[in-house]
Amino acid sequence: MAEFSMNSKDFFTALETDQLIGSHCLDCGAMVVPQRGICPRCLGSNTEIVSLSGKGTLLAFTVIYVPSLMMAQAGYDAKNPYCVGVVKLDEGPKISGQILDVDVSQPESIQIGTKLIMTTIKRGGEENEKTYLGFRPV
Amino acid sequence: MSESKWNRGVAVVGVGLSKFGAFKEKNSRDLFVEAYLDLINSMHRYDPKKVEAFYLGNFSSDQFEKQAHLAPILASWVGLSPIPTVRIEDACASGGVAIRQAALAIASGQYDVVLVGGVEKMTDLEIAAVTEALATAADTQFEVPAGFTFPGFYAAMASAYMHEYNAQRDAFYHVSIKNHSNGALNDKAQFGQTIRSIMESKKARAAQKGRPVPEWEDEIDFLSDPKGNPMIAWPMTLFDCSPVSDGAAVALLVSEDLASTFTDTPIYLVGSGQASDGALPERETLSSIPAAEEAGRQAYHMANLSPKDIDLAEVHDCFTIAEIIATEDLGFFERGAGWQAAIEGKTARKGDHPVNTSGGLKSKGHPVGATGVGQVAEIWKQLNGIAGERQVPGDPKIGLTHNVGGTGQTCVVNIFERRDLNG
Ligand SMILES: [Zn+2]
Repeated sequence: MAEFSMNSKDFFTALETDQLIGSHCLDCGAMVVPQRGICPRCLGSNTEIVSLSGKGTLLAFTVIYVPSLMMAQAGYDAKNPYCVGVVKLDEGPKISGQILDVDVSQPESIQIGTKLIMTTIKRGGEENEKTYLGFRPV
Repeated sequence: MSESKWNRGVAVVGVGLSKFGAFKEKNSRDLFVEAYLDLINSMHRYDPKKVEAFYLGNFSSDQFEKQAHLAPILASWVGLSPIPTVRIEDACASGGVAIRQAALAIASGQYDVVLVGGVEKMTDLEIAAVTEALATAADTQFEVPAGFTFPGFYAAMASAYMHEYNAQRDAFYHVSIKNHSNGALNDKAQFGQTIRSIMESKKARAAQKGRPVPEWEDEIDFLSDPKGNPMIAWPMTLFDCSPVSDGAAVALLVSEDLASTFTDTPIYLVGSGQASDGALPERETLSSIPAAEEAGRQAYHMANLSPKDIDLAEVHDCFTIAEIIATEDLGFFERGAGWQAAIEGKTARKGDHPVNTSGGLKSKGHPVGATGVGQVAEIWKQLNGIAGERQVPGDPKIGLTHNVGGTGQTCVVNIFERRDLNG
């Protein structure tokens, strides 16, 4: 993973090629996402960038009817709500992302514990297009 | 004060509040002056020349009003220049942290008399812009890009809480109903109507316009109907969310030995704690707020008190789920028991653990920087027995404030005590 640095920007650079990166502590073994130069568990600075599987489990979620500006620009509103959640990756750490392909018309039907796989989402239109992390059920 | 490093005690000798609401004609300094005048009127012997420093809790006047560097402006506007001024920003906990920082400055011996203010003027911006400004209190690099909004964060915590404890959604509505019933007795409240009166006025409006009148049986029925109470971020509805507000609050803090020179009815800051945390994905749990539990632990320890000693609490109910979680983080109820306690009325004014007698953020309003200071004003009134119709029974002596920034990246807990002169 030498092509990516610990700078936060590189997390999104990696996403552009569908890679989810994090960091691994060479001292205590802790895995962290996004990647960081300092291990939050042992506080050491002996960390390396690793590629993660993108597989995980839904821990918490919401279906949003009053969107953020970015999501409103992506076409979401009260009639077209979207799901976001916190996902526990199989490698251990957790991360937030939009959850696609779940029944947002019935939030009660969305199950915590659902197995998910990462995907990437382009938002921002042609001029400001950026790649974001998302998940969908396996 | 077991193991406290505080060199001396700190007292609150006066409080002031502006009305909370949406005020087109007022800016931050106007609201602050209104609260400051209320403080002067509340005090027996106030001498502005004795004020040595001013600590201001303010989240983002830069974004809301295009005015940064607000603290010296406000001090000047009430004639306090050239005392040193500091603006403190810890998102929605700015006010509570300002109280704590002022107390630490007094406890250190640096100052004897410190004025604490909190203010936010939020309603000048369009609602979408307000939402964007508030989102900057979250992690804008890695959480906001997921599509989260602030109601969304707390809604996700609610989903984890409901899943873990099999909690019923009605519990959230009970928090809203209770806080509005308290706020209806608070003349400073932004939405000082009971949910029942809001429901009845919606019915009346429908009848007036010749539309079919909704057949809501009671408040829960009304709140469960998306036509009366639209979904914002499942499971948080409109009536689960605190409003966008303008308002200001002030408190005068002095060293304990000087309290009687300002007032006959001081209350004492006997415990204080503060903690921080990362964004939601960095936490072990999503069904509690670890920083709140830690801040509470520190405050209880310093005060040598336990949760059962707390006669009433003002907690940070930015969303109804936040109040339920707060009552567990602060140890009033066991983990997973807070939702049931809310349904059973245990947090009502006459319950075992009165919470948010002011109406809370939900009904009183949530002018972000003012909130934590406003909580102290309510505790002051309740401990001094001057809360009028919303006075909690039983001569309360110990009150707690719990103020959260973001989704729990900051939490500050302060505990206050009234001491009777005859011991
Ligand atoms: Zn480590």
